Amino acid sequence: MAVLKVKFTKTKRDKLAQVLWVLNWISVVTGLILFSLGLFLKVELEKRRELMAERELHSVPNMLITVGLIACAINFLGGKICYDCVDTNKFLRWKLVMLPYIILTFFFTLCILVGALMCYSMRGELEEALVVGLQDAMRFYKDTDTPGRCFLKRTVDLLQIQFQCCGNTGHRDWFQIQWVSNRYLDMSCKEVVDRIRSNVEGKYLMDGVPFSCCNVNSPRPCIQYQITNNSAHYNYDYQSEELNLWKRGCRQALLEYYTSIMHSIGFIVLIIWLFELSVLTGVRYLQTALENVLRQGDPECESDGYLLETSLAETARSNFNIIKSLGKLNQINTTDSDRDPNINRPSTAHYGPDNVPPKQIPLAS
Amino acid sequence: MTRIKHPQFIRLILANLDWPINHVSSGEPKMAVLKVKFTKINRGKLAQVLWVLNWVSVMTGMTLFSLGLFLKVEIDKRWELMSDEVHSVPNMLIGVGLAACGINFLGGKICYDCVDIGKFLRWKLLMLPYIICTLFFTFFILVGALLCYTMRNALEEALYLGLRDAMRHYKDTDMPGRCYLKRTIDMLQIEFQCCGNGDFRDWFYIQWISSRYLNMTNTEVVDRMRSNVEGKYLMDGVPFSCCNTFSPRPCIQEHLTNNSAHYSYDYHTEELNLWQLGCRQALLDHYTQIMQSTGFIVILIWLFELSVLTGVRYLQTAMENVLRQGDPDSESDGWLLENSIAETARYNFNIIKNLGKCYQVDDDPNIDVPSSSQFGQDPVPTKGIPMAS
Repeated sequence: MAVLKVKFTKTKRDKLAQVLWVLNWISVVTGLILFSLGLFLKVELEKRRELMAERELHSVPNMLITVGLIACAINFLGGKICYDCVDTNKFLRWKLVMLPYIILTFFFTLCILVGALMCYSMRGELEEALVVGLQDAMRFYKDTDTPGRCFLKRTVDLLQIQFQCCGNTGHRDWFQIQWVSNRYLDMSCKEVVDRIRSNVEGKYLMDGVPFSCCNVNSPRPCIQYQITNNSAHYNYDYQSEELNLWKRGCRQALLEYYTSIMHSIGFIVLIIWLFELSVLTGVRYLQTALENVLRQGDPECESDGYLLETSLAETARSNFNIIKSLGKLNQINTTDSDRDPNINRPSTAHYGPDNVPPKQIPLAS
Repeated sequence: MTRIKHPQFIRLILANLDWPINHVSSGEPKMAVLKVKFTKINRGKLAQVLWVLNWVSVMTGMTLFSLGLFLKVEIDKRWELMSDEVHSVPNMLIGVGLAACGINFLGGKICYDCVDIGKFLRWKLLMLPYIICTLFFTFFILVGALLCYTMRNALEEALYLGLRDAMRHYKDTDMPGRCYLKRTIDMLQIEFQCCGNGDFRDWFYIQWISSRYLNMTNTEVVDRMRSNVEGKYLMDGVPFSCCNTFSPRPCIQEHLTNNSAHYSYDYHTEELNLWQLGCRQALLDHYTQIMQSTGFIVILIWLFELSVLTGVRYLQTAMENVLRQGDPDSESDGWLLENSIAETARYNFNIIKNLGKCYQVDDDPNIDVPSSSQFGQDPVPTKGIPMAS
């Protein structure tokens, strides 16, 4: 009851080995692609570090970078192994390594899948980081004289111009922030003082926005100040005016931008995962076919290749038993070997007239 | 006998071509320019190297073509801001690039065949015209490179007029054909970090706010328009795209010259509020940089083409001398010019003069008279053998 058994002639085995060698080298290239995708994402996140609050956002690109590098190494080794598998003698060199290699690569492909899924789940973290980050950036917009924050004004202005957005969720966010520094407010002017006093926190709030919110598509010169006051401007209606300022909020704009990047990256990583899995399946078939050839003793004969020697349930049970006995081995020293009736007893099976147990032959498992 | 001018014309040419033979009966031309000896192996290697170099030249021809295309696209992108587009330079580069591909492709075929004397005979008559043609063509490449450097003046003129008109029509967002000028200028000023034509004061002399958005019932507005001869609404303000993103304070766009309108503001010392550079200068710098790089690359390509041509010339003269000597395996000389430059010039000038004389044929006593030069016993002029000239 081998799982998915396939018969392999000698020529088919050789062709399989050659094809797998080429595919492994292609996988090295895809590993490099994974690495560069992770690097790209990292750079994009770094570029706008000032607008994001501290969150665990760098885990995704870091994972992609590590997975990419490991994929290169693993597939490089795989390529060497498959290259040697054409010749049965050279295969003997790798015989003991191949099964651990396959198991390791299987778990590694799980890591690739996890990386792909993380790309899609990063959105929630990103949104939170942007909400807090943009809020703080806008609050410190006016602090161009405070070291460490003096470039925030420029960053926010360039962001609003480049992404065609205004404020956090919309332009009204600017109405609740004092974005004009006190250095440029005439404190001797009555109007200024009144406005500051009318506010609980003593902030100079106004219904105006910075120039970077101006929409270049507007047919009329930009109206930045007294936006809600229809009578302050000729032929202007605040409620119906749509082309004057950018309508979108910067959080939404940045989120869409990063989501599109991460969806593309996640999709590419999924495809790479499927490719790695198929290469691994090929290597498994090659390994079992070659081991069966060795067992049959004739290098030219046909042999079977399979994914698992016995059915899935039996394989799981036997592996579980192995792990259990590994666990029991660790308890050996504490118990008295004479007391435990199951250890070190001559077996009662019948091996034939001379009663000598046959030597154990290592099996393809 | 003026019946058939054609054969007489050819005989005239051949008679002139015979002249060097009478001079150099020994077969050893004196005072050849830059003479080099070629063994058979050298000739073979030269032919192979030239074949590769000709293919490299095809690639450089494509590079020329793409440089011209790139320049054309860059100029087209801002066609709205130029009064009269300077398309001569990119078009020339495109044409020269394509011609270079064609010429070098042919040169590659010729050099490939030159390894074998038998195949060389196919190309023998074509090679000299090909070399002369390519020499003139490399001259065009040089002209293309020099044009890149001289295009600046024409561009400056076009930009000055184009920007002036674009700014004048900034407010006309309701007129078809001009409705995108406002957006174009705003994007230009934001992207190139510039303001106005020469500088931001240009906006003070233009009405950039459309009358649609001016309240004509307001006395202040009417006064302002009346105070101006042409009835324009001028003010000391600039569009928002002139705002400098590096400024530490919120942008001051209106009442720029009025210090008292803004707190802690001095018009004369304020430098970070608006972009100080004029857009004409900014665009000019941008295009000049592109054109200087392009010109430099074209000059390098010109030198490369010239060296390939020199190699082909040496190969041609060496192969012709091998043919003349008759032994395909012998050594032969290659040179740039058979005689010194002065003699070659004089000789070619004579050919051209005689060509000119040919067209005056009818009454000329010099034609159709049996030639008086010594051809030997029988008065039959020897057939002219085309020589390496």
